[in-house]
This record gives sequence, C-alpha cells and structure tokens, in this order.
Amino acid sequence: MNILEPADTPILGAPAPAIAFIILFLSISFFFYVMYRRINLLRKAAPDPRFSDIPTRVQRVLVYGFGQWRQPRYLGAGILHILLFAGFIILSLRSLTLIGRGFSPTFHIPFLTGSVGFAYDSIKDYTVLVVLIVCVIAMVRRAVFHPARYDHPGTIGHEHEAYVILGLVSALMITDMIHDGAALKASGLSGEYYRLPAATLASMFMPTNSMPTLNFLHVGGYWTHILFFLGLLNYLPVSKHFHVITAIPNVFFSNLNKGSIKPVKYGVADWMELEQCGVSDLTGFTWKHILDFYSCADCGRCSDNCPANTVGRALSPKMISVKARDYAYEHFPVFDRVAQPGRSERKLVGDIITEQEIWACTTCGACEAECPIFIEYIDKIVDMRRYLMDRGDIPLSLQKPLQQIKKKGNAYGAMKSKRSAWTKDIEEFQIRILEEGEHSDLLFFVDSCGSFDPRIQEITKSFARTMKRANVDFAILGPDENDSGNEVRRLGEEGLFEQVSSHNIDAFQARSFNEIVAFDPHAFNVIKNDYPEPFKVIHSSQFLARLLSNGDLSLNGGYLRDRTVTYHDPCYLGRHNGIYDEPRRVLKAIPGIRYQEMKRSFSRSFCCSGGGLLLWYENEEEKERMGERRVKMAMEVGAQVIVTACPFCLINIEDAIKTTGNEGKIEVIDLVELVDRSMS
Amino acid sequence: MNIIVCMKWIPDTSEADLTVSPGAKDIKKDDLDFDMNDWDRFAIEEAAQIKEKVGGKVTVVSVAPEESEDMLRECLARGADEAFQIWSDEMEGGDGYATASVLASFINGRPHDLILTGTLAEDDGAGQLGGMLAEMLGIPSATLASRIEVQDKKVAFVRELEGGLYEAMEMDLPCLIAVATGLNEPRFVSIRAVRKVASIEIPNLGTGELGVGADKIGHAGARIEIEKIELPPEGEGAEIVKGKPEEVAARLAEILKEKGAIA
Ligand code: SF4
Ligand code: SF4
Repeated sequence: MNILEPADTPILGAPAPAIAFIILFLSISFFFYVMYRRINLLRKAAPDPRFSDIPTRVQRVLVYGFGQWRQPRYLGAGILHILLFAGFIILSLRSLTLIGRGFSPTFHIPFLTGSVGFAYDSIKDYTVLVVLIVCVIAMVRRAVFHPARYDHPGTIGHEHEAYVILGLVSALMITDMIHDGAALKASGLSGEYYRLPAATLASMFMPTNSMPTLNFLHVGGYWTHILFFLGLLNYLPVSKHFHVITAIPNVFFSNLNKGSIKPVKYGVADWMELEQCGVSDLTGFTWKHILDFYSCADCGRCSDNCPANTVGRALSPKMISVKARDYAYEHFPVFDRVAQPGRSERKLVGDIITEQEIWACTTCGACEAECPIFIEYIDKIVDMRRYLMDRGDIPLSLQKPLQQIKKKGNAYGAMKSKRSAWTKDIEEFQIRILEEGEHSDLLFFVDSCGSFDPRIQEITKSFARTMKRANVDFAILGPDENDSGNEVRRLGEEGLFEQVSSHNIDAFQARSFNEIVAFDPHAFNVIKNDYPEPFKVIHSSQFLARLLSNGDLSLNGGYLRDRTVTYHDPCYLGRHNGIYDEPRRVLKAIPGIRYQEMKRSFSRSFCCSGGGLLLWYENEEEKERMGERRVKMAMEVGAQVIVTACPFCLINIEDAIKTTGNEGKIEVIDLVELVDRSMS
Repeated sequence: MNIIVCMKWIPDTSEADLTVSPGAKDIKKDDLDFDMNDWDRFAIEEAAQIKEKVGGKVTVVSVAPEESEDMLRECLARGADEAFQIWSDEMEGGDGYATASVLASFINGRPHDLILTGTLAEDDGAGQLGGMLAEMLGIPSATLASRIEVQDKKVAFVRELEGGLYEAMEMDLPCLIAVATGLNEPRFVSIRAVRKVASIEIPNLGTGELGVGADKIGHAGARIEIEKIELPPEGEGAEIVKGKPEEVAARLAEILKEKGAIA
C-alpha cells in the first residue's frame, strides 16, 4: 500500500491545497509586511551611495558572502557556521519542494528530476543530518562553554534568541526526517541507510509498520515542518537572526573606501549650513548603517578583538549594534499605525549609546576587519562624535590639543615658526625647506609629532639621514606645514579638519614634487584617503622597501646583535591601508635577523591605544593600558626588540615597557630608526 | 537677566621664548600668539549656562585691539548674544585701573544685573580689575567664585578658600563676581559653531562713543608705573634623579626633606 501524501490528505474535511494556500498566504503576507516596515525605516534614514563599483561588490558577495571567507578566523565556530550556511543553501531547494508538495503530491523543482533529483534526495538527506548535528553541537557549546563574546552586557532578553533559532532549525530537520522516514518505512525498502541516512535513522525510531501510524507521521511531519519553516521565516526579521536575510545584501553594500571617513552628510553642498551636524538619533544614521544594525549576528567577534573592550573601557562595538537594533525595533515597531520616534525618553546617542563609549574608540579598525559581514563602526562613531562635538561636549583632555591645532596648527601648542627647528640638530647636512614654486623629488611630510615631540624628532632625524645617505632629493614644508588632521577628523571636528587639510593642500599645490613621504601612518592615511585632492603619498616603510629592491640600501645586523625581533603592525598602516609586507621585507633584509611573529599580527594586530590627538586622551575606565597588553604579547613570543612603523605606537609601547617594569629586557624602535642604525 | 562678561585678550607665553622689549617696560609681544584669558573662559561659559537655565541676555566686552575678534566670536559661539570691542590706540599702555574705567563707562550706559569676569589674568596676574570695576559701578563684588546660582534678585555662590575651605555667600543683584577656574566645564567651540555666528556684527567702540576722557585711558589713566621688567637669572641647574622608580622616589623624598618641604 502506498503512503498517503499530504496534498491528498484533507485536514478536518478541508482539502490540503486550500489549507496550504491559506497558511502560505498568511505567513508570506506577514513576512512581507514586516519586511516592508523594516525597509521603511531605511527609507527614513540618511542617504548613502552604495552602488559604485558593482564588480567589486559582486566579488565581495561571492568571496565573503557565499564563500564565507572570514568565518574560519574563528576556526571552530567558523566551521560550524559554514556547515550551517551550506546546509541552508542546499535545503532551501528542499523547502521549496516541500511547499509545492502541499499542492501536488508529485511537485518537483524543474531541474530536480530524474537522476539529478535522485542524487539531490541523497545529498539533502545527508545535509539534514549534518545540520542537526551542528545545531546540537552549537547549543551544547553555548550552554556548556559560555564563550564570553556571546554575552549581552547591559541589555535583557537576548540570551534565548540563539536557542530559539537553533531549536527551530533542529525541529525543521527532525520533522523532515519524520516525514521522509515514515515514507521510507512504508515503502518497505531496506538497505537505504547509505543513501538516505537521515530518513533511515528516523524510521528506526518507528516501531510499527501500521499504515495509519506511518501515514500520520508522514503527513503530520510534513505540516509541522511547514509550520516551523514559516515560523522561522517570520522570526528572522524580529530577532538577531535577521542576518540570515540581510547579511548577503550587507556584504554587497559594504564600505569600499577603507581608511577614509564618510562626509558629514552625503549629497549636501555645504554641511556647515545643516541644521544639525552629526548623528543624534537613529534616523540620522545612513540607511546602510541601519542595515548594519539589522544584520549584526551578535557573534561578538568585533568586541572580542576590540582593544578598548579588552582593557575595560566602556566600549563594546557589538553592543552598539545590539542596542541600536533594540532601539529601532522599539521605536519603529511592526505593529503601530505610525512610527513614534522619541517614545521613550532615553536618547539613542548620549543615553543608550553613552558618551564614554563614543570617545573610547581608537578607530583601530579591528572590529571591521573581523566582522564576517562587514559591519562598520568607525564611521558611525565619528558621526556620533560629530554630534557631541557640535554641542561642545568633548572630553576635557581633548579640548586643549584641539584648540592648539586650531590656533597653531599643532596640538603641542608650539609656535608655527618653530616647526622646522629640529633641522638645527642635524649638523652634517642642511635640510631644505621647499619654498613655493620650487621642486624636489620627495616632499617629506613631518607632521606635528615629528616636528615637536622630542622622542619622535629622533625618527624624523633618522629618516632625514637615511634619505640623505640614499642620495634622495627631498625637502620639507617647514612652517607652512599644518597638522595632517587624521585624528581631528576622527574626533568629529570636521570644520577643523577642513581648515588644516585645505591649508596643507594649498601648500602642496604651490610646490612641485613627485611624491609625498611620511613615516607617520596617520598622516599617510589621511593624505591618501581623506584629502579631497589626490596626492601621491607613500609611507616610509614602502620607501625603504623600494630602496632595498633598487639595491640602494644595504643593512647589517650590528644593532640587533642576535636579539629576537617582532613587528607590531600599526593600525593605520596595516588594517587601514593593507601594508603588511613592506616593513617585514625590510626587516628580513637584515642579515641574520631572528624574527618572531606575534600571535596577534597582520589584520589581527592589537592597537597600542591610538595616535595623534589620542595621545592626550585620558580614559578613566580602563584597567590596563593597551600598550602594556601589547608588550606582554611581544614578550610571550620571546621578543627582545619590538619594531614598529608608527611614532605613536613607539611612544605608547615605550611608555608601557617602563610601566610594566621591562626596561632593559625589551626595546621598541621605529623601522626607520632601525634602518638608520643598521646601514652599512 | 542681563549678564555682562568682561574678557581679556592676552599673549600666550606658554611655549614661547620670552624676551624683554627695549626700554625694559614690557615683554616683546610681536611674535606671540594671543588668546582668551583662560579664567575668562570660565566666566563666559558660566554666563552661557545661566542664560540656558534662567534666560536673559549675555553681552561680552573686551578692551583689546582688533585681532581679539576671534576671542569675541568664540564667546558668541558659546552663547553670548552680543559682543563689543573697545579700542583706540591711546588705550595702549593702560593698567587694570584704566581698563576698569573704560569698562565702567561702557557698562554704566546699559542694563546689567550680573557682571562676570575671571579673578585673574594669566599675563600679569594682578587680579585688580573685578574689585575696581565694581567700586566704580557702585555694586558689590566677590572673587574666586567656584559655584554660582542665580536666584530671584540675588545670587548665591561659593568661594574657594585656602586649605580646601569653601565659603557660601549671597549677594543682591546687581553685582560683580570674579570667577575661579574650574567652576564649570567650558564647552568646546568647534569651527562650525564659530561659523554660525559669523554674521553677527561686533561693534568697535572708541573713546568717543564711550565718552571717557583721554586722561582716564592708556598711560595717562594708569595708576601703576612699571619700573623695569627682566627675565629671572638663570638658576643653579636642576638635579636629574635617575635610577629605579624606588630609588628615584627615595631620593626625591630626601630632597624634599632637606629643603624643608616635608617634615
Ligand atoms: S575601531 Fe577599534 S577601538 Fe573602535 S570599536 Fe572598533 S575595535 Fe574597538
Ligand atoms: S558586528 Fe559583526 S562581528 Fe560584531 S557581533 Fe555583529 S556580526 Fe559579529
């Protein structure tokens, strides 16, 4: 006897296709209604042009979306996720088929017939089993090991979400197994376990051969599966699992301008004329940033890598997404005739996302480098800072340096005329100040730190000496140089950024040179990525690597004396500009160098607490300095010399070596200084 | 509530190499940057905060040359409603008394409930202006206020005394309060905030408009005669204490004891 198919089995007298139609209609309508409400909020948000360079976007979707490229950065969780994701793709065909089977017992997706269909049935069956196992492992992992990155400090009602979804997916798998298992058992086929392991497994739990029972399991399994499926579909957009739908679009729309900060508002000619500058509320964010909030999967990888979070500052990037999404769901709910922003008295920026969080970020980019679906934080944080800045609410420790930049073009409060005073310390040769109309091959952008900070002046002088010895024609701007403005912009003082950058741009344009070179990655980054006029700019490490490959540089191991060396990737060189290789190439050109990579290196490098103006920033919450953390990491791999390629990393780490009592055991040095001392 | 804030425009000597000008009556100021007196920053901030709380009008005034416009614009950006600059070349060389006379004739002609200023200026540190100005206006005054609360027709405030003592007082309005630094957290003034007040005109008043006699201003009006200004002689040379933190701390304690700073 053949088993009864769901489509042929009336329910309470009503024909199954009619029931299927009603259920489908209701749930799909509801789903689209919720989606409409969610998208409606995006339409209220600020503009954001995200349709440029479609080929790159498609490539990202393929590599990071479907290819799940960033998932294995966390190996265990990554593999589980890849399996689930693959299962999701494979089983989506199965789900469509099953929905069709509510209408016709022989429904097939057009190409899934014949031998292809036969093979698919088997693949699907294996997949069901794998997905079920993955769900169980994932639940056990959460329940037993409690990885800290899954926590939601300061909010309520999120802990259960993962279990709900894992439970729903497991239920989907089990009901599918029951549906197929009953049919398998009724068919009397045996020895199918290698082809249909899931169905076989389910059938083994069915003690009876009685047809009514098997019919009941087959049909009942079917309908519960359909209900769970549609329930899951509708649960997604009201939970953190919205990412199942939004993650791929989120990757497609991801930020392609790494290293730069978004304008105050896209599409306005003069932002200064805006009623408000920066973001104070949800709809002040761009639609893409709200899509980010929807898409965050709460995986906590960002916060796990966030240096601010690590040392105990108030900031956890993941919680910015979680809190903003909670706020969005509360203020733009699914069922409410009109959205009611401001219904609760607590303001999103200031009360829910606190000022402490907003200022604690070093803009290191670790969160963005880690997020599997390219959620952005730096632009959002800068947008919120712009708002606080506009109100005049900034940390006291940052006021003075910003004022100094406004008045004197440098945060050190030094007189403009003294910007080139360091050149007097070099007696062997004269450093040329490039006057307007003159030419030099290289324009050495020293920036404020290199001009005024006594420790950083040492790097400046080393670099000048190195260029001189390599017979490079270079010159500096001298008093006509202004602060590069990298941190000014990132702290949200856009007007001041425009002031200093346009001053520098004028100075550049009045002179002639082939390239700008800077040893400070912050200056390098801002000129390269933020200045509105394009200038060719290279970092000292690129310059040194070039000298090396031209044979203009030969190094010896005299200074290092067999000590073990490690390299600290500066955020604005590595993560923001992808320069990982050149500094290492220079290091490895030192004969006999004993080189050891730290665990956290390349895109996982650990920020030393930030450069530029952040040197002045005082944070009261942190329990440990980031630099101290970093020194420990270097010592763990037995390093005696930390080489870096950023003056601020140098200062922070040098301080940390002292405060951790490791003077004499480990030394930090800039790549430029090392080359200067290792030249033969 | 009419609040008038008196601001001083002073040379920034923090990072400069100071030299004495010929004649030894002043320092050379040509190469120096000028800025708002930091104490006055707290005064204007307080005025802005009082206005935010109880309403009213904030007027800022400074006896300073044209370049001080930046400072006055910053005050407008902080929340002042109007700003006046008072200057004519004859005012050069005045002292606190001369400045107070000029300010008094400015203030006398307009409604005022509360006059705020910094207790000291960072350049000469004389601390005279507040008291003299109040006397000329015939109103009560207090200095070193570290908290101010305006009530109906009077103002309650706290003065910071030596040794961690605080003195709570009240005065009837109108009155003058010279503030201490730290009585509030001055807001940051962004470039955009200044741009927003760019169209507000800052009238420049000379002696004529104010009706002060030539004998009251500049050198003629000054009561202080500076005899000589000189740089301090170079000292003996500092001792730089080196070594481990414990050793440095011990040596430091020793030095402090030797010099009688600690018992
Ligand atoms: S940029 Fe760095 S400091 Fe800021 S939130 Fe991301 S990881 Fe944390
Ligand atoms: S922002 Fe990205 S990395 Fe962070 S929790 Fe969300 S999905 Fe995970």
